[in-house]
Amino acid sequence: MKYEDIIHRCFRCGYCKLTGDYSDFNCPPYRKFKFETYSPGGRMWLIRGWLNGEIKESERFREILFSCTMCANCVEHCVFTFSDDLVNIFIAAREEMVNKGIVPPAVRDYLKNIHVNGNPYKESADERGKWADGTSVEAYGDQEYLFYVGCVGSYDERGKKIARAVGNLLTRAGVSMGILGNAECCDGNEVKALGEASLFNLLAEQNIVLFKKLGVKKIITLDPHAFNAFKNDYPALGGEFEVYHYTQILSPLIQSGKMPLTEYNLGITYHDPCYLGRHNGEYDAPRAILKTIPGVRLIEMEQNRENAFCCGGGGGNFFTDILGGGEDSPGRIRVRQALDTGARIIAVSCPQCAKMLEDAIKVEEQEDKLKVMDVAEIVSNAMG
Amino acid sequence: MDIYRSLINIVGRDSVSNSQEELFIYSRDSGAQRPRRADYVVMPGTVKEVQDVVILANKEKIPITPLGGGFTLSALVVPNKGGIVMDMKRMDRVIEVNEINRYALVEAGVSQAKLKSYLEKNHPRLQHSTPEAPPTVTVVGNALIQGHGHISSRYGINSDMINGMEVVLPTGEVCRIGSSSVGPYWFTRGPLPDLPGLFIGWFGTTGVVTKLSMKLYPRPGYRELLTFSTDNIDLIPDAIFEVTQVDLLEDFFLINQEKPDWMNHVFFCLILSGHTKEELELKKNIYKKVFLEFNTLKGSRGADKMKLVEDLHPALRKRFLDVPPVAALAADFRKGGGFEYTGTILPIDKIPEAWRKGIEIAHKHGMICSYVHQILGGHSIMFAFNYSFNRADEKDVERTRKALEESNRLTFELGGMVWKGEVGAQRLAMARMDPNTAELIKKVKKSLDPNGIMNPGNWEVVK
Ligand SMILES: Cc1cc2nc3c(=O)[nH]c(=O)nc-3n(C[C@H](O)[C@H](O)[C@H](O)COP(=O)(O)OP(=O)(O)OC[C@H]3O[C@@H](n4cnc5c(N)ncnc54)[C@H](O)[C@@H]3O)c2cc1C
Repeated sequence: MKYEDIIHRCFRCGYCKLTGDYSDFNCPPYRKFKFETYSPGGRMWLIRGWLNGEIKESERFREILFSCTMCANCVEHCVFTFSDDLVNIFIAAREEMVNKGIVPPAVRDYLKNIHVNGNPYKESADERGKWADGTSVEAYGDQEYLFYVGCVGSYDERGKKIARAVGNLLTRAGVSMGILGNAECCDGNEVKALGEASLFNLLAEQNIVLFKKLGVKKIITLDPHAFNAFKNDYPALGGEFEVYHYTQILSPLIQSGKMPLTEYNLGITYHDPCYLGRHNGEYDAPRAILKTIPGVRLIEMEQNRENAFCCGGGGGNFFTDILGGGEDSPGRIRVRQALDTGARIIAVSCPQCAKMLEDAIKVEEQEDKLKVMDVAEIVSNAMG
Repeated sequence: MDIYRSLINIVGRDSVSNSQEELFIYSRDSGAQRPRRADYVVMPGTVKEVQDVVILANKEKIPITPLGGGFTLSALVVPNKGGIVMDMKRMDRVIEVNEINRYALVEAGVSQAKLKSYLEKNHPRLQHSTPEAPPTVTVVGNALIQGHGHISSRYGINSDMINGMEVVLPTGEVCRIGSSSVGPYWFTRGPLPDLPGLFIGWFGTTGVVTKLSMKLYPRPGYRELLTFSTDNIDLIPDAIFEVTQVDLLEDFFLINQEKPDWMNHVFFCLILSGHTKEELELKKNIYKKVFLEFNTLKGSRGADKMKLVEDLHPALRKRFLDVPPVAALAADFRKGGGFEYTGTILPIDKIPEAWRKGIEIAHKHGMICSYVHQILGGHSIMFAFNYSFNRADEKDVERTRKALEESNRLTFELGGMVWKGEVGAQRLAMARMDPNTAELIKKVKKSLDPNGIMNPGNWEVVK
């Protein structure tokens, strides 16, 4: 296995499961299951045991490996020099399992659907661009940017609303951009996270060929997951593009006053998506947008920025739900953290986080107290 | 009887496991000891659940090994005779902080991290004595093994800071100890027969502590590290004596590392604190004077002379001022993820001999010597024989076990005591122990735990 030469170096000291100020445990599966086995250190030791033949492949072992949300809290807080590779190690172990054909059924089904349909929803590619019907978002031609929406923004009902909000805002802001519509294909971020390296390469190469053929130089993504794949994984496969998350494009435009905003008198807390925040260091752009809206009071949750607690949807869990529900499911914990701020709205900048947190609010029966809105939806409302 | 089912009935399906994955992890720790089998892992969430598990285990004569953070490194939380590992971390509430009476009442699973951040947020003028261990370890586990923290040089070891506790006895009774047994406060352990002693230093062989009250102390606004160095090991005991005659230290360490060269001296690291800058300055000046006078007293010259280290490496400064420091980095010294030490509680006058012999042991096993010793109030030192090892190299792990064993033997030969010793070290202690004392330990255990279910294998009389 890749990284086999460093895996024994984990001391299992547990910094990886804490926030930077040690104020709480911040590893989603550890918070949920509480056994050491579900912590990053436990996972490291189990992977090593598995490679040594001391641990047999089992349903629980699969659950332990695939419940990791790849939120990178461990990468952020592990004190050792190999910390940067922690998520990569977990992906490498998943790759081994994929190669051996021993992944959980939900993972197998997800990968199969991507393989067959190019999306996890078993929907036809003809449906992909439908979200844009009724908007003035154009097809990609020779615009400055490609607006890449991704599977959740294209097929999920909640995701589509966010895609429309972002698409409309970019159009109103006069950003020169277009979409691929039905020609768009999965970016592969979750495919990689779930350990299917060859399918990921296939998708990435396919996308890179298409983007190049169309002359794409700059990409705006709706979803931080796609942003992550394009920014960090595509270059190694020959896909060098200028990649932006939509908040990075909107933030300067809004701050410069080009998009007049009316008063929006509300307390809002912002939830950092892991693939925008910890994985890519973008904490400020969404906050800058929110702070520019007159009347908005941005109230931080105690666990924010590098210490933000994951919604539970990363690393493929949005689709596979291996981490599962329950009182200590990450989404519900995060909702309770948001409620503690007294804010009425959790702002998100990721359709997967939006859906995870919305579901959690319902289960917590807090719909009358808290609402999830994408940053783009908040801006749209403030623009009237 | 189906033990697994019974455990599920007590704590719920999600909090008990007999799967190979949990059994694998809970049958070993991060030190160099060999794995030992666990049969079940249980995570109780309430005192009642602890009690019910204990009653079940007592009835069925199944061993229970309580586990906090599991980070003694000496495998004290790894069962010697199989049975149930009771992971206390679900019981993680800071129940009460009484500011004016300066104590915190915590459940057994509260980590050092949790108490520290709770105090910083809610009672910023108070602090608790925090060990250098990873912050995930528990307050209770540390206090019960007579651990020591960053203010132990000043206020005593952490077990001395215990005001009282709630314990589930091996036969299932829940028992309060200290002032809380007679009144509402958890502010003092006496004046009463000193029952906390029945649970401190026993490695979980006498009961499961579910709550514990710890003393809190003022948190000073200013802290600084003052460092002196010498190359004369024989000066150490007298220097410690002089430094601790002036009773103004927060913490006090001796360190040395053979590599890099600039670390290869004896460093005296004095951590000073003050509530005002003036107080801190005053203390710094006093200690500078103490070392000057010490040089005069000893007529020290050249490399022997105590020198104030003016250009201290910032990493070293950070290492001693951070609470806690990232001491766990020692596990990566040899890129092997392994670390264990013999924590020797040593009389001060034996330091030079231990120092030299410790270097010999390290060299004999192909290791570089690296020391961080904490001086405990001028009466003893926690002299650490530190060994980093490569977990992936079984020969290296075996060498480490040998080095630890030799350090344990040396400790006793020098008249010292092994702190939180693994079973091998405990056997050495028991073999040397006054037979009547050993018999007393046996009787205490027998009367509290007639079926010998609590962490058996520890503190057993050597036949
Ligand atoms: C890098 C490093 C640095 C360290 N520095 C220090 C230091 O500066 N000071 C220091 O004191 N220690 C230090 N340690 C040692 C150790 O990690 C700590 O003492 C730690 O606090 C022990 O707590 P724990 O929760 O891990 O205890 P555990 O290992 O979980 O338990 C210790 C013992 O207590 C028993 N026990 C635990 N909980 C209960 C309970 N509720 N009821 C009954 N019995 C129980 C266990 O069975 C076991 O025998 C260090 C360790 C490392 C790795």
